[in-house]
Amino acid sequence: MTQTALASTSHAGQLKEGLPGIVADWSSDQRAFKNVPWGKAMMWIFLLSDTFIFGSFLISYMTVRMSTQTPWPNPSEVFALVIGGQSIPLILIAIMTFVLISSSGTMVLAVNYGYRKDRKMTVIFLILTAMLGATFVGMQAFEWSKLIFEEGVRPWGNPMGAAQFGASFFMITGFHGTHVSIGVIFLIIVAIKVGRGDLDHQRPGFMTGRRGTYEIVETMGLYWHFVDLVWVFIFAVFYLW
Amino acid sequence: MAHVEGHAHTAGHSHAAPEEHHVEGQQHPLGVYFKIWGLLFVLSAASYAVDYFHVQGYLRWGLILVFMMLKAGLIVAVFMHMMWERLAMVYAILVPPLLLLVFVAIGAFEADYTFLTRGTFFGPPAQAAPAAPKHK
Repeated sequence: MTQTALASTSHAGQLKEGLPGIVADWSSDQRAFKNVPWGKAMMWIFLLSDTFIFGSFLISYMTVRMSTQTPWPNPSEVFALVIGGQSIPLILIAIMTFVLISSSGTMVLAVNYGYRKDRKMTVIFLILTAMLGATFVGMQAFEWSKLIFEEGVRPWGNPMGAAQFGASFFMITGFHGTHVSIGVIFLIIVAIKVGRGDLDHQRPGFMTGRRGTYEIVETMGLYWHFVDLVWVFIFAVFYLW
Repeated sequence: MAHVEGHAHTAGHSHAAPEEHHVEGQQHPLGVYFKIWGLLFVLSAASYAVDYFHVQGYLRWGLILVFMMLKAGLIVAVFMHMMWERLAMVYAILVPPLLLLVFVAIGAFEADYTFLTRGTFFGPPAQAAPAAPKHK
């Protein structure tokens, strides 16, 4: 016990593993999450709370969809696009999925280059991630306007089937799209900070006195991957179901 | 918050497994990320194929859920570095969402009940009309 209490400055070799490690970490003074910068631990806890928000949305959607007497509109047809005279089911959503996964890949590279203190590559991949994110939001705006103006979907009803379809769709994808948009803004902010060398010179941010480090790129990355993670669930249970 | 990198070795506690813990942050070879990236693409394409080829019934549900869980697991474990974190944090973050399964069960029960009630209330008028005066 004493050595874990002393290990608040985290010497990697000293920490216990397995179940004794969990007990030692949680019963130690000052820090339960060893080897993790507190900003990252706090981001994880925020993401946990966000998991419950999206969880509540998806469970309400499930409840509403299971309880309708009128058939649910078939997402495969609702989200089909006519390309070259042929109707391809769900194609826009599939492209959006690939765009978001690609952005997750570029984000992970940005984090990696960040820890190597490769400023140029970090900025390039952060900007690339932001651009892919913006593409996603743009495609979502296209999808929304098509649904609203051409198909006549409203939160209180639609011509295709169960009235609850609109409310579920706008709530779930709208909340996710908001998350992506906020993520794009933060990606740009982090890219600017990296680009002008704030992190190399450990300059504090505008809302904190704490020194800037490349850890914030990873914290940003956690948020971005979470957005991708939520889309995995939305894609599966809303669009494919 | 300064990360002091001094090894005060307390002898006798060197049973720690050889691991790549970095106080500085998560550093891993790029190859791992590229593999997972490719795998995520394949899994997404597979779940799209389920819809494209109109797989129906339990096979559809099963495939969709399996692909979904695999993708989610890969993102959390590798992209979000969870597999390299200490167990104290892994459990603190991954166990609470399991509670959502309880909500899913409650939601399903509630939905079934609502469905049945709606069936009775909005049911075919031919059956509902004669039944009404009887209860008065």
